[in-house]
Amino acid sequence: MILKGKAHKFGDNISTDLIAPGRYFHLRNNLPELAKHTLEDADSEFIKKVKPGDFIVAGKNFGLGSSREHAPTIIKLCGISAILAKSFARIFFRNAINIGLPVLECETEKIAQGDELEIDLIKGTIRNRKKRLELRFRPLPRVMVNILQDGGLVEHIRKHGSFKL
Amino acid sequence: MGKTISEKIITSRLGREVTAGDIVIVPIDICMVQDGTGPLAIEQLRKLKRGRERAIGSKIFAPEKTFIFLDHAVPSPRQEISNTHKVLREFAGRTGVRLSEIGEGISHQILAESFVNPGDIVIGADSHTCTSGALAAFATGMGSTDVAVAIATGKTWLKVPRTFLINVKGEFPKGVYAKDLILYIIGMLGADGATYRALEFAGETVEEMSISGRLTLCNMAIEAGAKAGLVGSDGLTRAYLKEMGREKRFREIKADKDAKYERIIEIDASKLKPMVACPEATDNVKPISQIRAKSIKIDQVFIGTCTNGRIEDLRLVAEILKGRKCAPGTRLVIAPASRQVYLQAVREGIFEILIGAGATILSPGCGPCVGLQGGVLADNERCLSTANRNFKGRMGNPNSQIYLSSPAMAAWTAVKGKISDPGEIM
Repeated sequence: MILKGKAHKFGDNISTDLIAPGRYFHLRNNLPELAKHTLEDADSEFIKKVKPGDFIVAGKNFGLGSSREHAPTIIKLCGISAILAKSFARIFFRNAINIGLPVLECETEKIAQGDELEIDLIKGTIRNRKKRLELRFRPLPRVMVNILQDGGLVEHIRKHGSFKL
Repeated sequence: MGKTISEKIITSRLGREVTAGDIVIVPIDICMVQDGTGPLAIEQLRKLKRGRERAIGSKIFAPEKTFIFLDHAVPSPRQEISNTHKVLREFAGRTGVRLSEIGEGISHQILAESFVNPGDIVIGADSHTCTSGALAAFATGMGSTDVAVAIATGKTWLKVPRTFLINVKGEFPKGVYAKDLILYIIGMLGADGATYRALEFAGETVEEMSISGRLTLCNMAIEAGAKAGLVGSDGLTRAYLKEMGREKRFREIKADKDAKYERIIEIDASKLKPMVACPEATDNVKPISQIRAKSIKIDQVFIGTCTNGRIEDLRLVAEILKGRKCAPGTRLVIAPASRQVYLQAVREGIFEILIGAGATILSPGCGPCVGLQGGVLADNERCLSTANRNFKGRMGNPNSQIYLSSPAMAAWTAVKGKISDPGEIM
């Protein structure tokens, strides 16, 4: 399966407080409304620029901080089809997989803001035709591949009755 | 082969040998959500149940081991959150899971006071669930969906972590406390320095440290990216459990002498200084000597949270504030971490001292730590807080700045009006 979209670049250590700010706590039960504030304190224009199918491309330790699952959820609601980063914070990574949002570790310095990317989740490649750039992302642990392929943890458990490691 | 504390706990709960790196499915002893993460968990539970008759999600695996804590937005500041609280109350009523009401306090504090025991596996939909590692439990934070599945099945999957051993020797100098030690460690490791690892805190300094101090250490393990923070259980753990009415649940759990660690870090506590985490990162840690000269004026001091909202912290604060007042232009907000702490502070006359010095006392809960209420900052204001995070916007205003410190530094700073060294008066 090939994902195609534009890269939206972010730096290192993008916290879940930046992704889903605490002052919008009361919107957690209204995710479409909360999604309007996604990454607001990192880039107030992000929500206006993002199109369905696009990617977030970040530095290291993306998603650090709180375990709020609302963070990857609203990113997905914005239409982001995968997050690429040099590295991810643990809980965010696991949460993203659990809601069926691919999180891919690769050398993101080589990707620029606005680059058109093609991601092949099976082959493990990220391509930019214009720059003739091809990157590989670090293979996901098998457990996570299983969960992601099923569309998320709830779907995985419903399908198998338990964890299929 | 020798085991780390994590390997021991998981081996014991599974009844078979595990080593770091193994992927396992573990049974859970305590499972919790809070008012910020609970509603999403309930929604996921509903989805688990859809479409199959004997579906997972139609029953709660162990209601007596499942907790909902109302602590992040209490008492509720607005109708959306009140409706959320109502949903959580109704769910608890229907299913029999345990509900901790507004005013009872912060999840991690209550779990440590009343529920967690050595050897337990604890998962929570809150990143600071690692706090309970101070009682030699394997405690880790996860998201709402993971916890929903755990609530339904009684299990979760995880990879047994590799461990960094942090060996601390020597006595803290005056004005230096557990909070300074953990800030120093986070500054050294970096915010992703221990991602996926367990941090074990050991050595004579830790062996002599109160449970309160150990809770502070383990609470902030996540700030270095760790999966868990742990202290082996010992005589002090037993005494704590006895004080809390569950001495029978004590078990000694320590790492083996020949346990395999990925990294061993030696720290001389006598060389530590009071530390400050500066905006806007928890690992942007500097010693007070670098900060003091800058005369950083503080508009609000906040003392509390799962990191430092315990009676030991409040006693120290009272010692510093006794006979003194907050500096003009510096507000002081204090939130005890639990009702038990609150009542104890009342009995000891601590509140009279704090309020006499000009403090505002909040009801037990997370207070302004999460940016919702209880002391949201104005534009360009600076807060010195005893919490565990200072990310941009954390306390509700992205145009403000948060510094993190020990309660002693916070109290002395409230008096001086600028970030100050508690060593000056201790």
